[in-house]
Amino acid sequence: MNRYETVFIMTPVLSADQVTETVEKYRAFIIANGGKTVHEDAWGLRKLAYPIQKKSTGFYHLIEWEAEGSAVLPFETEFRRDERILRFLTTAMEKHHIAYAESRRDKSNRKAEPKQEAEVVVEMPAKEASTPEEKA
Amino acid sequence: MADKKVRYLKSIEIDTKAERYCRFRKKGFKYIDYKDPDFLLMLCNPQGKILPRRLTGTSLKYQRKASQAIKKARHLALMPYVADNLN
Repeated sequence: MNRYETVFIMTPVLSADQVTETVEKYRAFIIANGGKTVHEDAWGLRKLAYPIQKKSTGFYHLIEWEAEGSAVLPFETEFRRDERILRFLTTAMEKHHIAYAESRRDKSNRKAEPKQEAEVVVEMPAKEASTPEEKA
Repeated sequence: MADKKVRYLKSIEIDTKAERYCRFRKKGFKYIDYKDPDFLLMLCNPQGKILPRRLTGTSLKYQRKASQAIKKARHLALMPYVADNLN
């Protein structure tokens, strides 16, 4: 299993439902090819640095996924056939890239975490009975 | 050709006593992100061209990575191929 990162741009003509539908299609494609998604990030509607197919904006979406290398080619063919896709880029992730992506995710998680931690502390007393058993 | 000037890999030591260093090596970068166009703009001139390492002082290893990152960013329309006034 190798890890890959794909960023693709969808046409700004799509509605919010169509965007989620498009993303779902590729998510399903990865799973159908024996892979799994590790992380996803919707950047939303962004301005393009130069017009592509006469569009000046686009919906960016990032998928980090794991699969065998043989899955990449059919995955990209799927993008080429899709009219809703303006651009895509798949990158094989090497170890430094993975470490970078994970540390970046940790940072963004840490900002959201303090609230979650507070909730966990409240829950702990109720769960105390079950934890010793798990340790044993 | 009027363009046949001699180009040095290091700037000639006239009035330039400032230490040259590779910013990536100094800060311990392992990976240069192509999804961060604001950072990559620092390595470009106002026309969007990649600055040579003779000007930025970047080491060869990281210049290669940086130029690949910039080219990826251009493909994804995060950075322009040609521009007028960038920085």
